[in-house]
Amino acid sequence: MPKVLIVAEHSGGRLNQSTARCVSCALQIEGNGADVVVLGQDCAAPAAEAATLRGVARVLSVQRPENAAPLAAVLAPQIAALAAGYSHVLGPSTTFGKDLMPRVAALLGAGQVSDLMSVEGPRRFKRPVYAGNAIVTVEVPDSLPVVATVRTASFKPAGAGGAAAVEAATPGAELPGHTRFVEQRGGGGGARPDLQTARLVVSGGRGVGSEANFALLYQFAARIGAAVGASRAAVDAGYVPNDMQVGQTGKIIAPELYMAFGISGAIQHLTGIKDAGLIVAINKDPEAPIFQVADVGLVGDLFTVIPALERALA
Amino acid sequence: MQCHTGARNVQKIMVCLKRVVDYNVRIRLKPDNSGVVTDGVKMSINPFDEIALEEALRLRERGVAAEVLVVGIGPADCQQQLRTGLAMGADRAILVEHDDEVLPLTAARVFLRLAEREQPGLVLLGKQAIDDDCNQTGQMLAALWGRPQATFASKLEIEAGVAVVTREVDAGLEVISVDLPAVVTTDLRLNEPRYVKLPDIMKAKKKPLETLTLAGLGVAPAGGLRTVAWEAPQARQKGAMVTDVDALVATLRDKGFFN
Ligand SMILES: Cc1cc2nc3c(=O)[nH]c(=O)nc-3n(C[C@H](O)[C@H](O)[C@H](O)COP(=O)(O)OP(=O)(O)OC[C@H]3O[C@@H](n4cnc5c(N)ncnc54)[C@H](O)[C@@H]3O)c2cc1C
Ligand SMILES: Nc1ncnc2c1ncn2[C@@H]1O[C@H](COP(=O)(O)O)[C@@H](O)[C@H]1O
Repeated sequence: MPKVLIVAEHSGGRLNQSTARCVSCALQIEGNGADVVVLGQDCAAPAAEAATLRGVARVLSVQRPENAAPLAAVLAPQIAALAAGYSHVLGPSTTFGKDLMPRVAALLGAGQVSDLMSVEGPRRFKRPVYAGNAIVTVEVPDSLPVVATVRTASFKPAGAGGAAAVEAATPGAELPGHTRFVEQRGGGGGARPDLQTARLVVSGGRGVGSEANFALLYQFAARIGAAVGASRAAVDAGYVPNDMQVGQTGKIIAPELYMAFGISGAIQHLTGIKDAGLIVAINKDPEAPIFQVADVGLVGDLFTVIPALERALA
Repeated sequence: MQCHTGARNVQKIMVCLKRVVDYNVRIRLKPDNSGVVTDGVKMSINPFDEIALEEALRLRERGVAAEVLVVGIGPADCQQQLRTGLAMGADRAILVEHDDEVLPLTAARVFLRLAEREQPGLVLLGKQAIDDDCNQTGQMLAALWGRPQATFASKLEIEAGVAVVTREVDAGLEVISVDLPAVVTTDLRLNEPRYVKLPDIMKAKKKPLETLTLAGLGVAPAGGLRTVAWEAPQARQKGAMVTDVDALVATLRDKGFFN
């Protein structure tokens, strides 16, 4: 019988929503529930939060000062030690999980399924390759643990209503001293909704033209309660910080509504939004490739369209 | 040639270069769905690896490092990408020839052998290969080697046996400091790779390119992950065009937004 361990992601005392999405994935592998491990310096709050997720059987809380920052080199040996009793170890396909899980896999002598997008069987999964231009089905043999990162946009978050026990765990692992956390610098998000969980996303590309012009998008986003994203070109040009990048090498998101302003629709960008409910594109070039995938397209200048939208929605 | 390597922080940097379908190519599945079409398709150095090499070259040019070694695993054709790496300015190359698929764990085991043999102070890889999109090899190498990893680097500073690396993470930027030797994987904003000049292509032909084999290095291909099927992604249908903002708003309201 499969037994699944999920590595929780958390910060600032809150569980990241990616963990609840991993739980949904785990339930498709083993319907009776999964264990969640929370590692931190003081992680009682996120551990308690994980215990309320429906589908969580048990929460393991590993509290020690070395776990204050999520350093892969420090966390991986602890997770590898805990993995002994499990057939599957899952983490989210966020930068946290992408950094950490391959290190866990290698310590276990196993490969990894990256960006797991669907469960076809306990050891059979689908995942995207070539920037989402092809989908492969992969199989992991019985002789090895399944280590995977879960493509969070592919799974709905598990709901609340669970009441799992939280247990302290002390995995016996030697922790390296060769890696030190220095600092974290937040992006420009401020109080705006989180890009990865927002229901509505407004996104800008090179067509927005400048950092100052992005104010127009922020204002419109605030008006409709949307998060703000961007293309790589907008990030590279310095209009917005890197954490706003959507796409193959940025964030993969699945909002109900995605509104793209001045974005041409390069394949690497579209990879990040293919699970969006409704894609709306505003571009002044009628030939822009984004119109090939948009559910609703409007040829026009974003500098006149956005103010008009605000007026129409007022 | 006299080398003043005493003051240098890193004697050698090893850079991993993967040969992949060029990122501008439109990917097509083979008619029998056994993989993607690569015959007659433009192949290039994985874009992230080009950035890794550029960073290594800059470190050597600043006197931080003495030698830049480029390595790759794959069929004999990978020599082309390693030669391009030499033309960009790498000092020498190693190709570990292997005709079958190379899983990240296998690649990491090969790179571990090469690291043990070459003793680099720094190994630079791309954060992900744009064909398998795995984003695993650097982290796996660091685990097997028992050394630090700094993934998704957008800034790299080296001083007195330590690398201070700014990493692109979901929440913004994170700075960590790691002891050398270390494994660093590159993000797109670390630098902009230089162009190769024609005379450098000529010069690169004379630079050493050694060929090894998996078996020769004592590495067996990793078991495990098996790809059993390929398929095209579900395509999104082209939707409707609207002619003005009022029509756009009406459509959005009709779909249940902004009511
Ligand atoms: C390995 C790799 C990974 C990548 N990863 C990503 C990724 O994760 N995310 C990503 O986004 N990109 C990524 N890219 C880059 C991608 O290929 C494109 O270069 C990028 O997405 C283009 O951004 P853009 O659409 O904003 O800019 P452009 O392609 O320059 O398009 C700008 C658009 O704005 C329109 N426009 C201009 N002015 C106006 C106006 N006033 N009103 C309305 N429209 C206007 C133009 O018609 C044009 O269509 C990656 C590339 C590589 C090689
Ligand atoms: N066969 C290979 N040859 C050279 N480098 C490789 C190979 N496989 C992986 N790499 C390196 O590992 C990085 C990450 O690859 P991946 O884990 O497959 O996404 C790449 O950007 C390369 O730097």
